[in-house]
Amino acid sequence: MPVSTFTALRSRIPAPVIASEPLAERAAITRAAAGIGLYAGAFGVTFGAVAVRAGLSVTQAVTMSAVMFTGASQFALVGVIAAGGSLLAGVSAALLLGLRNAFYGIPVTRILQPRGVRRALAAQFVIDETTAMAVAQSAPRAGRYAFWATGGALYTLWVSGTLAGALIGGAINTSALGLNAAAPAIFLALLWPQLSQERGAAVAFGAAVVAFMLVPLVPAGVPIIAAAAVAILAGLLPDRRREKSQE
Amino acid sequence: MMTTLWIAIIAASLGCYGLKLAGVSLPGPVLNHPRVQRISGLLPVAMLAALVVTDLFGGNGHYTADWHTLAGVGAGAVALRFGRSPLIVFLVAIAVTALTQLI
Repeated sequence: MPVSTFTALRSRIPAPVIASEPLAERAAITRAAAGIGLYAGAFGVTFGAVAVRAGLSVTQAVTMSAVMFTGASQFALVGVIAAGGSLLAGVSAALLLGLRNAFYGIPVTRILQPRGVRRALAAQFVIDETTAMAVAQSAPRAGRYAFWATGGALYTLWVSGTLAGALIGGAINTSALGLNAAAPAIFLALLWPQLSQERGAAVAFGAAVVAFMLVPLVPAGVPIIAAAAVAILAGLLPDRRREKSQE
Repeated sequence: MMTTLWIAIIAASLGCYGLKLAGVSLPGPVLNHPRVQRISGLLPVAMLAALVVTDLFGGNGHYTADWHTLAGVGAGAVALRFGRSPLIVFLVAIAVTALTQLI
Protein backbone atom coordinates (compact mmCIF):
# COMPACT_ATOMS: atom_id res chain seq x y z
CA MET A 1 0.00 0.00 0.00
CA PRO A 2 2.68 2.55 0.89
CA VAL A 3 4.55 1.52 -2.26
CA SER A 4 1.59 2.29 -4.53
CA THR A 5 1.07 5.59 -2.70
CA PHE A 6 4.61 6.27 -3.45
CA THR A 7 4.42 5.47 -7.15
CA ALA A 8 1.36 7.68 -7.45
CA LEU A 9 3.22 10.42 -5.66
CA ARG A 10 6.31 10.15 -7.83
CA SER A 11 4.61 11.64 -10.86
CA ARG A 12 3.79 14.73 -8.81
CA ILE A 13 7.19 15.09 -7.21
CA PRO A 14 8.66 18.52 -7.98
CA ALA A 15 11.22 18.59 -10.76
CA PRO A 16 14.36 19.13 -8.62
CA VAL A 17 13.71 15.84 -6.82
CA ILE A 18 13.65 13.78 -9.99
CA ALA A 19 17.21 14.58 -10.95
CA SER A 20 19.30 12.45 -13.24
CA GLU A 21 21.29 10.44 -10.71
CA PRO A 22 19.44 8.29 -8.15
CA LEU A 23 19.11 9.50 -4.59
CA ALA A 24 21.33 7.39 -2.34
CA GLU A 25 19.12 7.64 0.76
CA ARG A 26 15.94 6.97 -1.21
CA ALA A 27 15.31 3.41 0.03
CA ALA A 28 15.86 4.29 3.69
CA ILE A 29 13.61 7.36 3.43
CA THR A 30 10.92 5.32 1.68
CA ARG A 31 10.99 2.70 4.46
CA ALA A 32 10.75 5.35 7.18
CA ALA A 33 7.88 7.09 5.35
CA ALA A 34 6.01 3.78 4.97
CA GLY A 35 6.39 3.09 8.71
CA ILE A 36 5.06 6.52 9.62
CA GLY A 37 2.21 6.00 7.16
CA LEU A 38 1.17 2.72 8.78
CA TYR A 39 1.12 4.30 12.21
CA ALA A 40 -0.93 7.20 10.82
CA GLY A 41 -3.35 4.66 9.34
CA ALA A 42 -3.90 3.03 12.74
CA PHE A 43 -4.44 6.43 14.39
CA GLY A 44 -6.73 7.42 11.53
CA VAL A 45 -8.98 4.42 12.21
CA THR A 46 -9.10 5.43 15.87
CA PHE A 47 -9.89 9.03 15.02
CA GLY A 48 -12.72 7.99 12.69
CA ALA A 49 -14.25 5.74 15.36
CA VAL A 50 -13.88 8.32 18.15
CA ALA A 51 -15.30 11.11 15.93
CA VAL A 52 -18.41 9.13 15.00
CA ARG A 53 -18.92 8.16 18.63
CA ALA A 54 -18.71 11.88 19.57
CA GLY A 55 -21.64 12.56 17.22
CA LEU A 56 -19.96 13.48 13.94
CA SER A 57 -21.17 12.05 10.64
CA VAL A 58 -18.82 9.99 8.46
CA THR A 59 -18.53 12.96 6.05
CA GLN A 60 -17.67 15.33 8.89
CA ALA A 61 -14.98 12.99 10.24
CA VAL A 62 -13.38 12.55 6.81
CA THR A 63 -13.64 16.30 6.06
CA MET A 64 -11.69 16.99 9.25
CA SER A 65 -8.92 14.56 8.33
CA ALA A 66 -8.71 15.78 4.73
CA VAL A 67 -8.83 19.53 5.41
CA MET A 68 -7.53 19.98 8.97
CA PHE A 69 -4.96 17.15 8.67
CA THR A 70 -3.28 17.65 12.04
CA GLY A 71 -4.01 14.92 14.58
CA ALA A 72 -3.80 16.66 17.95
CA SER A 73 -6.15 19.47 16.82
CA GLN A 74 -8.64 16.96 15.45
CA PHE A 75 -8.68 14.86 18.62
CA ALA A 76 -8.97 18.03 20.73
CA LEU A 77 -12.03 19.34 18.85
CA VAL A 78 -13.73 15.95 18.83
CA GLY A 79 -12.93 15.48 22.54
CA VAL A 80 -14.58 18.78 23.46
CA ILE A 81 -17.63 17.86 21.35
CA ALA A 82 -17.83 14.43 23.02
CA ALA A 83 -17.65 16.05 26.48
CA GLY A 84 -20.51 18.38 25.54
CA GLY A 85 -18.30 21.46 25.72
CA SER A 86 -18.77 24.67 23.75
CA LEU A 87 -17.84 24.50 20.08
CA LEU A 88 -16.01 27.81 20.39
CA ALA A 89 -13.73 26.31 23.05
CA GLY A 90 -13.17 23.25 20.83
CA VAL A 91 -12.32 25.33 17.76
CA SER A 92 -9.98 27.56 19.81
CA ALA A 93 -8.18 24.53 21.23
CA ALA A 94 -7.77 23.07 17.72
CA LEU A 95 -6.34 26.35 16.40
CA LEU A 96 -3.95 26.85 19.34
CA LEU A 97 -2.65 23.32 18.88
CA GLY A 98 -2.35 23.90 15.12
CA LEU A 99 -0.30 27.06 15.64
CA ARG A 100 2.92 25.05 15.86
CA ASN A 101 2.53 24.00 12.22
CA ALA A 102 2.99 27.66 11.20
CA PHE A 103 6.42 27.58 12.83
CA TYR A 104 7.32 24.31 11.15
CA GLY A 105 6.88 26.29 7.94
CA ILE A 106 10.22 28.07 8.52
CA PRO A 107 12.55 25.05 8.11
CA VAL A 108 10.25 23.45 5.52
CA THR A 109 10.31 26.58 3.33
CA ARG A 110 14.09 26.72 3.62
CA ILE A 111 14.36 23.14 2.31
CA LEU A 112 11.54 23.09 -0.27
CA GLN A 113 11.41 26.71 -1.48
CA PRO A 114 7.90 26.02 -2.79
CA ARG A 115 6.09 28.41 -5.16
CA GLY A 116 2.49 28.81 -6.34
CA VAL A 117 0.30 25.72 -6.33
CA ARG A 118 3.12 23.61 -4.93
CA ARG A 119 3.30 25.95 -1.94
CA ALA A 120 -0.44 25.50 -1.28
CA LEU A 121 -0.02 21.72 -1.45
CA ALA A 122 3.17 21.69 0.64
CA ALA A 123 1.42 23.79 3.31
CA GLN A 124 -1.17 21.06 3.89
CA PHE A 125 1.61 18.52 4.52
CA VAL A 126 3.43 20.65 7.13
CA ILE A 127 2.94 18.69 10.38
CA ASP A 128 5.14 17.16 13.11
CA GLU A 129 6.24 14.04 11.21
CA THR A 130 6.91 15.56 7.76
CA THR A 131 8.91 18.42 9.27
CA ALA A 132 10.94 16.03 11.40
CA MET A 133 11.68 13.83 8.35
CA ALA A 134 12.62 16.78 6.12
CA VAL A 135 15.01 18.41 8.58
CA ALA A 136 16.63 15.06 9.49
CA GLN A 137 18.18 14.68 6.00
CA SER A 138 21.68 15.93 5.31
CA ALA A 139 21.08 17.31 1.80
CA PRO A 140 18.18 19.54 0.66
CA ARG A 141 17.30 17.14 -2.16
CA ALA A 142 16.91 14.23 0.27
CA GLY A 143 14.94 16.57 2.56
CA ARG A 144 12.52 17.42 -0.25
CA TYR A 145 12.08 13.75 -1.11
CA ALA A 146 11.53 12.86 2.57
CA PHE A 147 8.94 15.64 2.94
CA TRP A 148 6.84 14.63 -0.08
CA ALA A 149 7.16 10.88 0.54
CA THR A 150 6.19 11.14 4.21
CA GLY A 151 3.45 13.67 3.47
CA GLY A 152 1.93 11.57 0.69
CA ALA A 153 1.95 8.32 2.66
CA LEU A 154 0.67 9.98 5.83
CA TYR A 155 -2.11 11.92 4.13
CA THR A 156 -3.38 8.95 2.13
CA LEU A 157 -3.42 6.57 5.08
CA TRP A 158 -4.70 9.12 7.63
CA VAL A 159 -7.70 10.03 5.46
CA SER A 160 -8.52 6.46 4.35
CA GLY A 161 -7.99 5.22 7.93
CA THR A 162 -10.45 7.86 9.16
CA LEU A 163 -13.03 6.71 6.60
CA ALA A 164 -12.61 3.07 7.67
CA GLY A 165 -12.80 3.97 11.38
CA ALA A 166 -15.86 6.18 10.87
CA LEU A 167 -17.66 3.43 8.93
CA ILE A 168 -16.98 0.69 11.48
CA GLY A 169 -17.07 3.00 14.52
CA GLY A 170 -20.84 3.07 14.63
CA ALA A 171 -21.10 -0.71 14.40
CA ILE A 172 -18.58 -1.73 17.05
CA ASN A 173 -18.40 -1.15 20.79
CA THR A 174 -15.40 1.18 20.87
CA SER A 175 -15.35 1.24 24.67
CA ALA A 176 -14.97 -2.56 24.87
CA LEU A 177 -11.97 -2.29 22.53
CA GLY A 178 -10.27 0.05 24.98
CA LEU A 179 -10.53 3.04 22.66
CA ASN A 180 -11.40 5.30 25.62
CA ALA A 181 -7.67 5.25 26.31
CA ALA A 182 -6.72 6.06 22.69
CA ALA A 183 -6.88 9.87 22.75
CA PRO A 184 -5.12 10.43 26.12
CA ALA A 185 -2.46 7.84 25.19
CA ILE A 186 -1.81 9.61 21.88
CA PHE A 187 -1.62 13.00 23.58
CA LEU A 188 0.83 11.58 26.12
CA ALA A 189 2.97 10.05 23.35
CA LEU A 190 3.03 13.39 21.50
CA LEU A 191 3.84 15.26 24.71
CA TRP A 192 6.63 12.97 25.91
CA PRO A 193 9.50 13.97 23.56
CA GLN A 194 8.65 17.66 24.04
CA LEU A 195 9.20 17.54 27.81
CA SER A 196 12.98 17.72 27.30
CA GLN A 197 12.86 21.22 25.81
CA GLU A 198 13.71 24.13 28.09
CA ARG A 199 10.93 24.65 30.70
CA GLY A 200 9.00 21.83 29.02
CA ALA A 201 8.42 19.71 32.12
CA ALA A 202 7.55 22.73 34.28
CA VAL A 203 5.05 24.01 31.70
CA ALA A 204 3.45 20.57 31.37
CA PHE A 205 3.09 20.29 35.15
CA GLY A 206 1.71 23.83 35.52
CA ALA A 207 -0.75 23.32 32.67
CA ALA A 208 -1.92 19.99 34.09
CA VAL A 209 -2.58 21.60 37.50
CA VAL A 210 -4.42 24.60 35.98
CA ALA A 211 -6.59 22.34 33.79
CA PHE A 212 -7.37 19.98 36.68
CA MET A 213 -8.42 22.77 39.03
CA LEU A 214 -10.66 24.39 36.40
CA VAL A 215 -12.59 21.20 35.53
CA PRO A 216 -15.50 21.79 37.97
CA LEU A 217 -15.53 25.56 37.47
CA VAL A 218 -15.81 26.09 33.69
CA PRO A 219 -17.40 24.33 30.68
CA ALA A 220 -15.55 21.46 28.96
CA GLY A 221 -12.81 22.68 26.62
CA VAL A 222 -12.11 25.88 28.54
CA PRO A 223 -9.51 24.25 30.88
CA ILE A 224 -7.44 23.40 27.76
CA ILE A 225 -7.55 26.99 26.50
CA ALA A 226 -6.66 28.30 29.96
CA ALA A 227 -3.62 26.02 30.03
CA ALA A 228 -2.23 27.94 27.04
CA ALA A 229 -1.66 30.87 29.40
CA VAL A 230 0.96 28.79 31.24
CA ALA A 231 2.93 28.38 27.99
CA ILE A 232 2.65 32.08 27.13
CA LEU A 233 3.81 33.14 30.60
CA ALA A 234 6.75 30.72 30.54
CA GLY A 235 7.68 31.84 27.03
CA LEU A 236 7.67 35.52 28.02
CA LEU A 237 10.12 34.94 30.88
CA PRO A 238 13.65 35.97 29.92
CA ASP A 239 15.83 33.25 28.42
CA ARG A 240 17.99 31.41 30.92
CA ARG A 241 21.57 31.50 29.64
CA ARG A 242 22.51 27.95 28.73
CA GLU A 243 24.54 27.05 31.80
CA LYS A 244 24.17 23.34 31.15
CA SER A 245 24.65 21.71 27.78
CA GLN A 246 22.52 18.63 28.10
CA GLU A 247 20.50 17.20 25.20
CA MET B 1 -27.17 21.65 15.81
CA MET B 2 -25.95 19.81 12.74
CA THR B 3 -25.27 23.12 11.01
CA THR B 4 -23.39 24.61 13.99
CA LEU B 5 -21.27 21.49 14.12
CA TRP B 6 -20.45 21.85 10.42
CA ILE B 7 -19.53 25.52 10.92
CA ALA B 8 -17.20 24.58 13.79
CA ILE B 9 -15.58 21.79 11.76
CA ILE B 10 -15.07 23.97 8.68
CA ALA B 11 -13.82 26.95 10.70
CA ALA B 12 -11.31 24.83 12.63
CA SER B 13 -10.22 22.94 9.48
CA LEU B 14 -9.69 26.05 7.34
CA GLY B 15 -8.10 27.83 10.30
CA CYS B 16 -5.57 25.04 10.79
CA TYR B 17 -4.78 25.01 7.06
CA GLY B 18 -4.45 28.81 7.12
CA LEU B 19 -1.88 28.54 9.91
CA LYS B 20 0.16 26.08 7.85
CA LEU B 21 -0.10 28.27 4.75
CA ALA B 22 0.99 31.32 6.76
CA GLY B 23 4.03 29.36 7.91
CA VAL B 24 5.25 28.70 4.36
CA SER B 25 4.22 32.15 3.09
CA LEU B 26 5.14 34.70 5.76
CA PRO B 27 8.56 36.31 5.53
CA GLY B 28 10.99 34.62 7.92
CA PRO B 29 11.56 37.49 10.39
CA VAL B 30 7.91 37.51 11.52
CA LEU B 31 8.10 33.94 12.82
CA ASN B 32 11.80 34.01 13.65
CA HIS B 33 11.44 36.18 16.74
CA PRO B 34 12.94 34.15 19.65
CA ARG B 35 10.13 34.92 22.10
CA VAL B 36 7.46 34.03 19.53
CA GLN B 37 9.28 30.77 18.78
CA ARG B 38 9.63 29.92 22.47
CA ILE B 39 5.92 30.44 23.13
CA SER B 40 4.96 28.42 20.06
CA GLY B 41 7.19 25.57 21.22
CA LEU B 42 5.64 25.56 24.69
CA LEU B 43 2.00 25.90 23.57
CA PRO B 44 1.62 22.24 22.50
CA VAL B 45 3.32 21.12 25.73
CA ALA B 46 0.79 22.99 27.88
CA MET B 47 -2.23 22.01 25.82
CA LEU B 48 -1.32 18.35 25.43
CA ALA B 49 -0.76 18.10 29.20
CA ALA B 50 -4.15 19.74 29.78
CA LEU B 51 -5.79 17.38 27.28
CA VAL B 52 -4.37 14.31 29.03
CA VAL B 53 -5.67 15.58 32.40
CA THR B 54 -9.15 16.53 31.16
CA ASP B 55 -9.48 13.27 29.20
CA LEU B 56 -8.61 11.24 32.29
CA PHE B 57 -10.24 13.20 35.12
CA GLY B 58 -12.77 15.71 33.85
CA GLY B 59 -15.83 15.10 31.75
CA ASN B 60 -18.74 17.52 31.60
CA GLY B 61 -17.65 20.06 34.17
CA HIS B 62 -17.11 17.58 37.02
CA TYR B 63 -14.45 15.13 38.10
CA THR B 64 -14.78 11.59 36.77
CA ALA B 65 -12.27 8.81 36.38
CA ASP B 66 -12.47 5.37 34.83
CA TRP B 67 -9.87 3.06 36.32
CA HIS B 68 -9.69 0.88 33.18
CA THR B 69 -8.66 3.91 31.10
CA LEU B 70 -6.26 5.05 33.83
CA ALA B 71 -4.62 1.62 33.90
CA GLY B 72 -4.32 1.61 30.10
CA VAL B 73 -2.80 5.09 29.85
CA GLY B 74 -0.53 4.25 32.82
CA ALA B 75 0.72 1.19 30.94
CA GLY B 76 1.25 3.43 27.89
CA ALA B 77 3.35 5.78 30.04
CA VAL B 78 5.50 2.83 31.14
CA ALA B 79 5.99 1.91 27.46
CA LEU B 80 7.04 5.51 26.75
CA ARG B 81 9.48 5.36 29.66
CA PHE B 82 11.08 2.36 27.94
CA GLY B 83 11.43 4.31 24.71
CA ARG B 84 8.67 2.58 22.76
CA SER B 85 7.26 4.20 19.59
CA PRO B 86 3.88 6.02 19.67
CA LEU B 87 2.25 3.11 17.84
CA ILE B 88 3.34 0.62 20.53
CA VAL B 89 2.30 3.02 23.30
CA PHE B 90 -1.11 3.37 21.70
CA LEU B 91 -1.55 -0.41 21.28
CA VAL B 92 -0.43 -1.10 24.87
CA ALA B 93 -2.86 1.53 26.22
CA ILE B 94 -5.94 0.25 24.41
CA ALA B 95 -5.04 -3.42 25.00
CA VAL B 96 -4.63 -2.93 28.77
CA THR B 97 -7.85 -0.88 28.94
CA ALA B 98 -9.77 -3.56 27.04
CA LEU B 99 -8.28 -6.42 29.08
CA THR B 100 -9.03 -4.84 32.48
CA GLN B 101 -12.66 -4.55 31.42
CA LEU B 102 -12.83 -8.32 31.12
CA ILE B 103 -11.96 -8.76 34.79
